[in-house]
Amino acid sequence: MNMPTTRRVSLFLTCGADALYPSVGRASVRVLESYGVDVDFPEEQTCCGQPWLNTGDAKSARIMALHFLKVFERSEAIVAPSSSCVDTVRNRYWPLFKGEPKLQDRFRKLASKTYEICEYMHRILDIPGLPPHPEPARTTYHSSCRTLRGIGLRGVAENYLKQMLGDHFVPLPDADACCGFGGSFSVKFPEVSGKMMEDKLGNIVLTGASTVAALDMSCLTHLSAGARRQNLGRLRFVHLAELMMEALEGKTR
Amino acid sequence: MSPIVPNFRKASREAVRNSQVIAAVRKTANLLSGMMALAVANTPDFEALRNYGRTRKLEISGDLEKYAQSFAANAQAAGAVVHRAKDAAEAARLAIKIAADNGAKTAVKGKSMTAEEVELNEALEAAGVTVTETDLGEFIIQLANEKPSHIMAPAIHRSRAQVAELFTDRLGTPPDLSVEALVAAARKELREKFLAADMGITGGNFAIADTGAIVLLSNEGNIRMATTLPRIQLAVVGIDKIIPEMADMPKFLALLARSAAGQTISSYLSIVTGPRRAGEEEGPEQLHIILLDNGRSRIAKGPYREILHCLHCGACLSHCPVYRAVGGHAYQAVYPGPMGSVLSPLISGLEIYADLPNACTLCGRCAEVCPVCVPLPDYLRDLRSDVNKPPLMMKMAAFGAHTPSLYRLGMIAMRQMLKKGVKGLMAPALKEWTVCREPPEPQAGESFRDWWKTRSHGQ
Ligand code: SF4
Repeated sequence: MNMPTTRRVSLFLTCGADALYPSVGRASVRVLESYGVDVDFPEEQTCCGQPWLNTGDAKSARIMALHFLKVFERSEAIVAPSSSCVDTVRNRYWPLFKGEPKLQDRFRKLASKTYEICEYMHRILDIPGLPPHPEPARTTYHSSCRTLRGIGLRGVAENYLKQMLGDHFVPLPDADACCGFGGSFSVKFPEVSGKMMEDKLGNIVLTGASTVAALDMSCLTHLSAGARRQNLGRLRFVHLAELMMEALEGKTR
Repeated sequence: MSPIVPNFRKASREAVRNSQVIAAVRKTANLLSGMMALAVANTPDFEALRNYGRTRKLEISGDLEKYAQSFAANAQAAGAVVHRAKDAAEAARLAIKIAADNGAKTAVKGKSMTAEEVELNEALEAAGVTVTETDLGEFIIQLANEKPSHIMAPAIHRSRAQVAELFTDRLGTPPDLSVEALVAAARKELREKFLAADMGITGGNFAIADTGAIVLLSNEGNIRMATTLPRIQLAVVGIDKIIPEMADMPKFLALLARSAAGQTISSYLSIVTGPRRAGEEEGPEQLHIILLDNGRSRIAKGPYREILHCLHCGACLSHCPVYRAVGGHAYQAVYPGPMGSVLSPLISGLEIYADLPNACTLCGRCAEVCPVCVPLPDYLRDLRSDVNKPPLMMKMAAFGAHTPSLYRLGMIAMRQMLKKGVKGLMAPALKEWTVCREPPEPQAGESFRDWWKTRSHGQ
């Protein structure tokens, strides 16, 4: 059999991890590297543009999309620790350029090589299993809307969690319900957003988990900030990549 | 038309606190979505059926007027009188005239959202016609003097206990009746009305162009009574309800019945083609059909055309997490939930319902369940471009965010401000954010970019 050539990946950190969660970026790099992937980090990268796209400011969204294209077009593959950002690059960019077929084509190519990190491990690296976690904590998983219905990843993260954590992984009741974040929705209608959040947190508490994993730090920012308001302080909110890194390196944090 | 200016923020803030209503909504919404899931799972070719529905509806919405004319011609040939109403006011005027011309003083009515759209009851009552709702849910709503809160289950916001209380209060029934006893009480009340009514009013689930028939689904048998007993019959139907051929009907029926109530077919199915003919024993002397446009032709020519494909099954409402959190009344529109957040602004005006396209987390559940694949989240996102005026701050932010050096500075500033609890430019957003949460908490220690820099230098 031929030795596969080294895979190269450009990390798209996302603005959330850039501003709030450096550990998610570090974990993404180390997980990919532990599978022999050559990771680079284009420093000119910024944000995917969802805040503009989802508030109806298509003009600004186009500016953001064009910048993303400029930074990442030459990459072999782009990997981000966020389903919603990947959904944006994959499914939302090219429709912004109707009537510009050449540009649209370039965006479609970009779309076809952009992955969420968990998705990349499953679909491209074809990693069948992960080692057991050294200190498994009772953990549940929030399958965000953009993971399920945006990039269509179902059951993959859950499988990896089962391999790493065994019985310590507890599925979340009503798992496919939205957590109530919704970007601008969270500040336009905070009472409704808060009600949906309460329901999600209620289900999390029901599982007895002390760790909540997801592939979307934006949902987790909302949920963790809500958990602090509700004094559910002990909960740890992590991107799946962080648990993967801990399992792969055999130590916690 | 309504004197209150809709304000979703205010209405939803109150709605989420009404735990009785929310509990009732969820209970039935869960039941309905559960039954739908089962029915869909038991239909091996459901995806093919959905595709058929969407494709066929695209043909129809591409040529609405052609089908409307062909329906009108065939319905007239079958003996019906077809009226075209360009808007709600005209439809109401036509209905009043039909009642007046025939000396109709009392009417029994089947559930119809199109009639709600034209505020038919109010118009007829004002003209001296007493209208009695005969669908159980609508009957409850009418007793309570409320509006429907779900397009398929109008009284979804009321629990059995609340309905029992209402019946005791308004009809003098013994307290705390069971569901069966409540149904029996309503039946008894309605029987008299059916027999006495001059006029029967319905909507139409489908209007069949090639035969001129109106197709009506029901689970209570009230439609059958309302379409056969009174001497004058009126159906108010949106032109979007027209399908080309009778042969299309079974497929659309299969989609609608499964999505609306998890049924393979409704308990009753009425196909009304013309009034009573010579020699027939049942049926009205006259059948009037009001074909309502009210913006539909305009919508068909615009970018949101597929909203006219809607079968009004209600599945997107029952599955919507926002709808489940606030109930239907918070939308302050005839059509609530995902389909309503698209349709209501398009029919009544973007400026009136500017909140509704924003009242959605874009979670995508509605599109996943819609039997005719209406791209609801895409439409809601696109409608935001039409209703929102991006604040200057956001425009400036976009400039900063695509300029790497400014973006990096912004990220550093944001980290620092959040760490130190300084709000600065983020104050307005943080004020709303902290209604139900603490401010976001940046992790301690070096940023990713610093880590990356030291690391690549070390290598
Ligand atoms: S938009 Fe689709 S799911 Fe919603 S009511 Fe209409 S047909 Fe049903």
